[in-house]
Amino acid sequence: MTGSEFVPLSLVPILIGICVAVACALPGNFLLLRRQALIGDAISHVVLPGIVVAFLVTGLVASVPMLLGAAGAALVAVAAIEAIRRLGRIEPGAAMGVVFTTMFAGGVLLLEMSDTSSVHLDVEHALYGNLESLIWLDATGWSSLWDPQALAYLPVELPRMVAALVVVALFIAVFWRPLKISTFDEGFARTMGLRTGPLGLGLVVVAAVAAVAAFDAVGSIIVIAMFICPPAAARLMTNRLETQIAWSVLFATLAAVIGYVLAGYGPLWLGAQDSVSAAGMIATVSGVLVAGAALVGPARK
Amino acid sequence: MTITLARDKDAPTDAERRMASPLAIRGLTVSYGQKPAVFSVDMTVRAGHMTAIIGPNGAGKSTLLKAALGILKPLAGTVTVLGQPMAWQRERIAYVPQRASVDWDFPTRVIDVVLMGMYGQLGLLGRVRAKHRAQAMDCLERVGMTDFATRQIGQLSGGQQQRVFLARALAQGADLYLLDEPFAGVDAATEQAIINVLKGLRDAGKTVVAVHHDLSTVRDYFDDVFLINTQAVAEGPVATTFTQANLQTAYGGRLAGAQMDALAETLVGAGAGTGAAAR
Repeated sequence: MTGSEFVPLSLVPILIGICVAVACALPGNFLLLRRQALIGDAISHVVLPGIVVAFLVTGLVASVPMLLGAAGAALVAVAAIEAIRRLGRIEPGAAMGVVFTTMFAGGVLLLEMSDTSSVHLDVEHALYGNLESLIWLDATGWSSLWDPQALAYLPVELPRMVAALVVVALFIAVFWRPLKISTFDEGFARTMGLRTGPLGLGLVVVAAVAAVAAFDAVGSIIVIAMFICPPAAARLMTNRLETQIAWSVLFATLAAVIGYVLAGYGPLWLGAQDSVSAAGMIATVSGVLVAGAALVGPARK
Repeated sequence: MTITLARDKDAPTDAERRMASPLAIRGLTVSYGQKPAVFSVDMTVRAGHMTAIIGPNGAGKSTLLKAALGILKPLAGTVTVLGQPMAWQRERIAYVPQRASVDWDFPTRVIDVVLMGMYGQLGLLGRVRAKHRAQAMDCLERVGMTDFATRQIGQLSGGQQQRVFLARALAQGADLYLLDEPFAGVDAATEQAIINVLKGLRDAGKTVVAVHHDLSTVRDYFDDVFLINTQAVAEGPVATTFTQANLQTAYGGRLAGAQMDALAETLVGAGAGTGAAAR
């Protein structure tokens, strides 16, 4: 494939896919070790009603209202999970299950009842996103990367996703030590004056930032997969947290690149006519990576 | 026997003792749900001594320790360390949690766990330098675990895990050491190694407080005892406080006759002690 074909059609979706995968995998490592992996799942579901409500209120599919709506929904969900857990004395996993399925279903109903046919917002979009459609039409080849005019028409999802990745990575880097200590031994962390409550909440908020930013571009399926699969595969490769993070970034990147290429060209290689959903293929590849690590990973039990 | 009504002028008042105590607890009440786990407990630990917290299962021993450390939020009560609120004195306190309270599958090495104890020195972004590593290795040396420094913690035996936890507490470089059942489920060699380290701390002027479940070793290991069964039962030196009467009060008759007989050798006072002397 030449640059004139690759840069406008595939470069941006692949970069966005990598950013999404890494931004979700980073906090996913800690969520997994804290036995909170389903929080990522919950967040990616609950943002749907928030996004739909934001659209109904503003009538726009613009990034700021959507992000605000999604963030609002995520906060409502976190509060509802806590409330159900404490008032209903229901274990956290079940409380999350109740909240995220209810809110996702509510979002789907809202979407069906409201008239969104004029805009690119439907149930399919919510599940698979539109990674393949994030093309950069103004690019003509690799040289466009240095062309301010072409760069001005870069799909807005790319800088947004890069910003989300930077937020996530900064949080993990700055609070690395407290996160590690409190994930291993929360009681001990508290005796040293670490505020484990706000720290845990911060981790969830950062995961929500990644999920919300990713939702618009790639839908909820890939978000769920990326929070869990790359960290789970990475855990099987090493017995050190630092190395596990590095492996999870590698696996996330591999899943994004291999998944995108397989979705676009795999069916053609097999003689079929159409490509398949990139988000679906990326999620599938990440699952296959976990299976591979489970079979040959050096740190498996 | 004479009863002194007038206070000896040189003896410290309760308030003075609390000010000087490395751990003074007043009116501490902690509850999970409706029923208090610890109710209105006062405790004044003597500096430079080893104190055992003993009582039956569910008596609130661990809860008392966790509330004193600020891990659990009490309903009422105050905790002071050398006369100041505990929260101001965190760097003077080291903690060894129950071994079973953490996930030993966590992806980390022995040396990394010990380095966690040095968070107070390292802070949020401080670099781990050679001197920090040397300090951590020194702590491992004191518990006889240098050979295991780069092992994954999941590969350790129970006794080895407990030693690593103790090494992490040593790395905190504290004056007051609070331990939750440090001898639970460890081998004899580890128990000996741990008690030697703790006695070494005591001899260096540090204060050690441990939740302890093995009544037969109280007399050998500790200077003071604190008996608790939700409420404080008794507090004082082993020689005068570790008595059959106090144990019966604390355990509420749950200590079987046979257990009492086995303990008779080490107990003070009524029956056991005097009986042995008469023979």
